[in-house]
Amino acid sequence: MTERGRPSLDRRALVKLGIAGGTAAFAAACGWDGGNLVRPALLDWSRVNDWVGEKIFFSPTRLARTYDPAERSASLPSYFISAMTPMLEDPPSWRLRVDGLVAQPLDLSLDDLMRLPRVSYTVKHHCVEGWSAIASWHGVPVSAIVERCRPLRSARYIGFASFDAGYTNGWDLASAMHPQTILAYGMNDNPLSPAHGAPLRLYSPTKLGYKLTKYLVSMTFTDRRPGGYWEDQGYPWFGGI
Amino acid sequence: MTDNPSPVRRHHWIVRLTHWATAVVLAGMIASGLQIYQAYARFGGRGGPYLPSPFDGTHFPHFARLGGWLAGALNWHFALMWPLVALGLVYVAYLVKSGEWRALLFRARDVPGAIQMAKYYLRLRADHPPQGKHNPLQKLAYTTVIVLGVLAVLTGLAIYKPTQLSWLTTLLGGFQAARYWHFWIVWIFVGFTITHVILVFAVDPASLRAMLTGWYRGRFPSHD
Repeated sequence: MTERGRPSLDRRALVKLGIAGGTAAFAAACGWDGGNLVRPALLDWSRVNDWVGEKIFFSPTRLARTYDPAERSASLPSYFISAMTPMLEDPPSWRLRVDGLVAQPLDLSLDDLMRLPRVSYTVKHHCVEGWSAIASWHGVPVSAIVERCRPLRSARYIGFASFDAGYTNGWDLASAMHPQTILAYGMNDNPLSPAHGAPLRLYSPTKLGYKLTKYLVSMTFTDRRPGGYWEDQGYPWFGGI
Repeated sequence: MTDNPSPVRRHHWIVRLTHWATAVVLAGMIASGLQIYQAYARFGGRGGPYLPSPFDGTHFPHFARLGGWLAGALNWHFALMWPLVALGLVYVAYLVKSGEWRALLFRARDVPGAIQMAKYYLRLRADHPPQGKHNPLQKLAYTTVIVLGVLAVLTGLAIYKPTQLSWLTTLLGGFQAARYWHFWIVWIFVGFTITHVILVFAVDPASLRAMLTGWYRGRFPSHD
């Protein structure tokens, strides 16, 4: 500053340039996805948010609020990426394959799964789009599968795969071991319908809907973070709520 | 502008920096928020009932949205929330440490003055009431906008982590209600900003330079 209280011309010009530049940059940014320069940085930052979601917000023991079955929503939108509802050609021959970094790989039929401990709860479903709906889910806790397949020490993630046009999700082990994370074969007191992922889908009130793989065929324990259908396109990987 | 030969130092650089940076970050938050909104442009669980809103089904114009699509907008929103919160904390910490909060916080004793200011703006009073750094209506506006900022962050956290922070989501009336308030706070912010800019130019244009350079040479030079 050249004189008390009198900004120099240079400074004034700089301020004007700043305002003009800022306005132009903002106008250019409108309706924009960040371009090739900013988008990768946003995705990197999304990994920081994943870390915060996993290490700070997520609790392996805190249970989601449960509701009375009478509070169920009238409808829950069905959703899959195939052009038509994915259906098994031969349902009795369907098996869930449990493999990867495990001491005991498993091949489980629906009857096998139904003989394992059963969990039922009525919870609120949260979609990344912003809608929510209450429904009841019935199935076997993922922890019960983990107990039987005995993952190796090096296993840190689970990759869930489906027969819905290659839809997949990757999960951290802690979220999968949450007591409310289940492999659901029932919904609202009925067997799971083809519209909602029959014969078996992943369910948990600790994650957004897109993390809950439907039409399951396998769960593979890995030491490297598996991607996923939406996650690979830019949606947050952790997806915890 | 009234001639006033002696400029006074008005805004610390922390106030100027956080003011302008918040304006830019908030614009990005609102634009990405409008993109996120249109993925489910109503308030209420599937199948209703829905909370009353004139924006049901509204898709905001392209220029008002940031992120290109839902995932892009979410990544912008969740990246910008960090500088927004950081700027807010730095600003409030400065207010507390410097004692500047005394010139901004609206208190019960400001009510009579606020009524006089309202009369002046409504042309029920001819002369501008005497004031310090800020008049009581300004204090009310600036106090409200800080409270709104806190509410925006709290309602945002309530819909970001409704399971892990279920106590907060419940406190705010549930997931869809928190989403509703998170959205409405935006329009209060927008209304505040429009009024703020109009009043700067209509009543005290010197305050714009003060917010840029820190020095004020206008009609209301006294300090509280």
